Parts: sequence; structure tokens; C-alpha cells
Amino acid sequence: MLSRAFTDRTATATVVLLAVAFALFFVLPFVGLIDRALDDGRTWELATSDVAQDALLLSLWTSSLTLAIAVLAGTPVAYLLTRSNFRGKAIVDALIDLPIVLPPTVAGVALLTAFGRRGLLGEPIEDWTGYTFGFSTTAVVMAQLLVSAPFYVRAASSGFAGVDRQLERVAYTLGASRTRTFFRIVVPQALPALLAGMVLCWARAMGELGATLIFAGNLQGETQTMPLAIIQAFEGSALGLAGAIALSLILLAVALVVLVAFRVATGRSVAAR
Amino acid sequence: MPRHPFRSALLLVLAATAAPLLIACGGDDDDDPPSSATTSGSPAPTAASTRPPLEGEILIFAASSLTNAFEEAGISFEAANPRTKVTFNFASSSALATQINEGAPADVFASADTNQMKVVSDKGNAGEPRVFVKNLPVVVVPKGSSAVATFADLAKPGLNLVLAAPEVPIGRYSRDIFAKASEAQSGISADFSQQALANLKSNEANVRAVLTKVQLGEADAGIVYTTDVAAAGGEVSAIDIPQQYNVIAEYPIAVIKASKERGVAEAFVEFILSPGGQEILEKHGFSAP
Repeated sequence: MLSRAFTDRTATATVVLLAVAFALFFVLPFVGLIDRALDDGRTWELATSDVAQDALLLSLWTSSLTLAIAVLAGTPVAYLLTRSNFRGKAIVDALIDLPIVLPPTVAGVALLTAFGRRGLLGEPIEDWTGYTFGFSTTAVVMAQLLVSAPFYVRAASSGFAGVDRQLERVAYTLGASRTRTFFRIVVPQALPALLAGMVLCWARAMGELGATLIFAGNLQGETQTMPLAIIQAFEGSALGLAGAIALSLILLAVALVVLVAFRVATGRSVAAR
Repeated sequence: MPRHPFRSALLLVLAATAAPLLIACGGDDDDDPPSSATTSGSPAPTAASTRPPLEGEILIFAASSLTNAFEEAGISFEAANPRTKVTFNFASSSALATQINEGAPADVFASADTNQMKVVSDKGNAGEPRVFVKNLPVVVVPKGSSAVATFADLAKPGLNLVLAAPEVPIGRYSRDIFAKASEAQSGISADFSQQALANLKSNEANVRAVLTKVQLGEADAGIVYTTDVAAAGGEVSAIDIPQQYNVIAEYPIAVIKASKERGVAEAFVEFILSPGGQEILEKHGFSAP
């Protein structure tokens, strides 16, 4: 029989080794990226090239617009889902989770079938107005919204669920209106969750690739966001692999800035509930 | 030699912490450098006299336009060599070239243009390329669409034109064709290329993505290869590009230097160049080199 101390030590060693291996797995890709970027003399030049600037600008403003729409339209949905019971609530709940679970490529194909020129709504809209969604910046935002808004709605509804109902009742008793109560009592309490949802939603929108490629296409300045520029560089565009690495480095920096800013603002990590 | 600032530090950390794990995992050993040049002297391809039956699994990196033809060729090759297995990675030749140069485990590369083959052979990663087939670019429009009737219509304002990205062979051919159609003496008009490219709505990743966008009706027109038209199952119509502007696409094939299955890889290349292989390719609309 092995001694208990021995098995305990073995178990501890195994756990530590696994943890180290796991940590390395997460750190190494970024070390590799930075290593290659530092190694290549053209990194700065590529990171500030026309293609990179256009893509970064487009990514930043489309993802911000996506976030704004998600917050405006998603907050009431999240609130309703936590505060009211209605027929079919479970279905709405599941539908919101769907884009989180589905691959974005499916979202892209689905968007085409609805808003494409031969889509359910796309075809009549083109017939009446001559407007087409495909290959437009609108299509980029639609693709981002479909795949990223659910992250905000999810986080927001769990935030609302954690709000102290007692305080709300007190506010009503003191004569506060529902609107005032919502903004003065509910939102402040749910704020960390709302902010976390906003970061997740925005980050997911920044990273959107599959649905955008399929539904919006790929044209510099119009529909080519950072992930599209990166994949095109990787697939042999003028920027080349060094360009893909330079652009990836920009996104890595942007992501770090956002995460640090979030920590400073709320004193916790994005994923914490 | 390039210096990697983090590499030595990283190796130390790895050695100190992960070595016990690696040992525990057993002898699943590491990679050897993919770009190790072959030793001097040619591999000396012996005549196919008393070869033992071929055995092994190979991975073919092939241009998207070869999808249907190569899948059929792979089945034929496997039928003739029952102890082999052929798998494919289809993408734009430019994407494949990048992947191979980054050490992807390809055994054979079949490119849709000589440029992308050169990207690989310039890095010493491919053997002697051989042109095995030719193809012809063509304009495609959605079936029943009236937006485009002739090649010259591609310059009509307001058209939704979709091409492959300029680094993708068919994307480069498309732009070469536009340039030829803009030549002073023989062209359609001096600004044809400029006007047509002003209609460009998307740079797609490969020729099949262009075809799909046209097939869906999202794009009014695109440029693909003659051989791709059949893959759209009658949902697109082809419009010929006038011969004086068109270019002929040449497809080279080569064994990848780092291949661990050289025998099977070389046999597959031979098969593609053989009458049997050529017959399959011609059936899919390709023409002999």
C-alpha cells in the first residue's frame, strides 16, 4: 500500500503540472505572436498601412454601433425576461441563446436566407425600394448584431435577476415612477453585469468573421473589418503573413486596453457573475 | 538567421516546467524542421519496374477550382492503389501557399497559377513543378439575370461585381483580363478596367466563394473558371470572355519537399499527368497542358 502522504504529494504534483501546462497553453500563442512581430522589421509599417487603418476604423465604429443597438434594444428584452412571465418566454429565452451556441457561419447563411437578394425579406425589400443589404456596411453591423447581442442580453438579464426587489418596492412606496426607479435603483445595482455584457458583446462584434464574410463580403473600407483583413493577409494578400501578425497584434493591444479599463472601472473581471 | 528574443527564455521555462509532463506523455516526439533541404543529389526516381505496392496516406493541397475533379481523381488513385489514402485540403492557391510555407503537412501542391507555386518553390519547399492542366476564365451571372449580357457590360455603372481577391489566381487573372480590355489599340475602352473595378463589391477568398455569391444572386456577375460553372448545378449562366482579352490559366503540380510519403506523393503526381488522370480532368472541363 502506498502511504497517504505519498499519494497526496503525487496528487498535488499532478495538479500543479496540469495547471502549468494549461497556463502555458494560454500564454504561448500570444508570446509567439509578439515574438514574431518583434522579429519582423516591417511590423510597424504594416500595422499602420492603409489596409490596417481602414480595417481598424471600420471595426471600431461598426462594433460600437452594434453595441449601442444591442444596449438600446437588448436592455428592455433582458428586463422583460427577468421581470415578467409570458406565454412562450422559454422559447424567447432559447432563441436568444441560439446565436451564442451556433457557429457564426450558420448566422451568415441564415442572414442571407432572410436578408439576401433572394431572401425572405431581402427580395421584397429590393422589389419595393431597390435597396440591397449585401456588400454594405449595414450588413456588417447586422452580422455583428446577430452573433453578439445575445451576450449582452444574457449578462443583462442575470444582472437584473440579482437586483434587490425590496429596494424597488421601497422606491415605489416613496412615490418614485417606474422609469425613475429603473434608472436610479435597478440599473446601478445591475451595472457591473451590464458593463460585463457590454464588453462581451463588443468583443464578440470586433471578432466577427464568418457571418460577415458570408453575408457582407470583403471590401477594404466598406466591409473589411480587422478579422477579415487578417484572414486575407494570412491567405496571401499584399500584407502577407507579417501583416496578419501585425494586425493581430493591434487587436491584442485593443483587447488588453479594454480588459484593463474594465477592471479599473468595476474592480472585477468580465466573466465574473 | 533571425533572432527570436523570447525563444531562449521560453525554452528555459519549458524545460524547467513542462519536461516532466512531456516525459510522462511518452515518446510522441516532436517535429523535425519542415524546410530541411534535401541532401545533394536527386532522389533518383527509379523506373516503375519492380516497385512494391504503394502504401501510405497523403494530403493534397489543391486549388478550389480542382475540388470536383481531384476528388474523383483521388478515388481512382485509391482504387488503383488500395493501400493508399488520399485526403484533400481545397482553398485558394494563395492561402495554400502560405500554409505550406508555414509548415502545413502537405505532400502535394496543385496551384491554379504559377505565381503561387513560385511562392512555395522560392522558399525551397516544393520539388520541380509540372503544368498538368489548363483552364479558361469565364463571366458568370445568376440564371435568368438580365443585368449582364456581354463581357463589356461588366463596366456598366451600379453593377454588383464580385471577384476573388487579387492574390488569388482567378482574382489576378480577372484583373489581367480587365487590363487587356483597357489597352489603347485593341481594348473595349481605356477606362474599362477602372469602371469595372468600381463595381467591385467584394474580394472573395477563393473561386468557389465567387461562384456561390453569384449562384445566390447576391452578385450580378463574377469571374470564375469554365470548369466551375458545372459545380453551380445550372443556377448560373456563363458568358464567354472575348478571346483577345482572355488569359489561359496554367495549373502546376509538385511534390512538397518535406513530404514523409514521397513515394505515394510522386505516384499521385504521375497519375494526374497520366492518360487516366488527364481523362478525369478533361471530363470536368479542364484541357490538356
